[in-house]
Amino acid sequence: MSDKPKGKLALYWAASCGGCEIAVLAIDEKILDVAAAFDIVLWPCATDGKVRDVEKMADGSIDVCLFNGGIRTSEHEYMARLLRQKSKVLVAFGSCASEGCIPGLANMNTRREIFDAVYKEGSMTYPENPQDVRPQPETKMPEGMLHLPLFYDTLKTLDQTVEVDYYLPGCPPEAENIWKAIVAILEGKLPPKGSVIGVNTTVCDECPRKRGVKKIKKFYRTWEIIPDEETCLLEQGLLCCGIATRAGCGALCPAVNSPCIGCHGANDGVKDFGARMMSALASVIDSDDPEEIRRIIEDGIPDPVGTFYRFSLAASQLRRKNKAEMASG
Amino acid sequence: MSNENFEPKIVGFLCNWCSYRAADLAGSARIKYPPNVRIIRVMCSGRVDPTFVLKALADGADGVMIAGCHPGECHYLNQNYKAMRRYEMLKHTLAAMGVEDQRVRLVWASAAEGQQLAAAIDSLVHDVRELGPLHWPQNWKENGEREKALADIVKEHEEAMEVPA
Repeated sequence: MSDKPKGKLALYWAASCGGCEIAVLAIDEKILDVAAAFDIVLWPCATDGKVRDVEKMADGSIDVCLFNGGIRTSEHEYMARLLRQKSKVLVAFGSCASEGCIPGLANMNTRREIFDAVYKEGSMTYPENPQDVRPQPETKMPEGMLHLPLFYDTLKTLDQTVEVDYYLPGCPPEAENIWKAIVAILEGKLPPKGSVIGVNTTVCDECPRKRGVKKIKKFYRTWEIIPDEETCLLEQGLLCCGIATRAGCGALCPAVNSPCIGCHGANDGVKDFGARMMSALASVIDSDDPEEIRRIIEDGIPDPVGTFYRFSLAASQLRRKNKAEMASG
Repeated sequence: MSNENFEPKIVGFLCNWCSYRAADLAGSARIKYPPNVRIIRVMCSGRVDPTFVLKALADGADGVMIAGCHPGECHYLNQNYKAMRRYEMLKHTLAAMGVEDQRVRLVWASAAEGQQLAAAIDSLVHDVRELGPLHWPQNWKENGEREKALADIVKEHEEAMEVPA
């Protein structure tokens, strides 16, 4: 038994799928080492810690907070601010907190459009809703005023909301990288604040495929061809995002003939993941004729946002689709 | 809704060897053209990363111009073709993001084409003025309800504290 007092650890989930919680448990028996080193003061998914008790703690008394999920509602923003205040080290855990991830794709719509899709009469969820009942932030009941969190128009990343100390990339982060990050935190061997805890190279470095000269006349969707197992997937015309994506996952997807989709986030120095992809793909198109170029792009990339910003829309330069022409309210 | 006093803010990335010299020529020849384009000199149109265009729009520009040497005349041989391909890729994505097609434009202008560059700038400024301001950062603003919602959470939690255990 160690004489050192246990540190305090918090894990919280905002707009997420729960995969990051499962990923933490994927460190298997090492979770016992975590429990030995830390008191888990808040982990809504797995333990009984109360927000009220966190609110009563002194500022900075939580040693580490692993915060996953994007900031979708006022409750998420409140918890992000609370945990920032009460934590020494706040980690944006996983793609949602770091760059918005899949919930960030809702930035192609507004709250109004999303609620219409769910609640408007005739939707799949509500074939009948004659009074157009929708969630309201406030509802007066005999017992008093009931509050629901406000659903924002735009999903934000954690660092667009509060100051973040470290980022752990991945959707979800790989178990061994989670363990490495926990060890680094316990040993105090962390990179400078604001860094990603991970390597500074792209998936291409971990991918064993042979690379030659890339000249693409046509981009293929994943279902259109069965790629050869030896050659670079981008060279075969598949939209592999490995060129812009941070390594650390072991190039798992290219290893099974599937192009990288970018879940490990942007590499260092990439201010906009989609822009890097656009630039790289444009460089390999084998044509100098504007008509042909346009056709190659339109045929091969029918969904540019889904391809270039599948994980990173909320963290991109533009962050969302133009609201100007969209329904609001 | 058009604002009569709207002056478009346009960022221009002009290549050192052709289009920037064209702008110089327009200046020394006293050719009048609208002052709305903030010109940034790059060595080659192929240097223009889509990130520059996206950042310009995200930071409040109403339009972006990329100008380079004519195809076949690039000082660095082929890089304006890269610019052309990146531009097509960017346009395809900007359309999906709800940015009007007319706001981002690629033009070719040789060092002798001061008049033509001035005309291209005039045309872009005119088109963007018709479209109106882009005001991209407004897209990120939540409405006034956000402050109230956050204040309500604080109040609710404070009230909860008062309940005896």
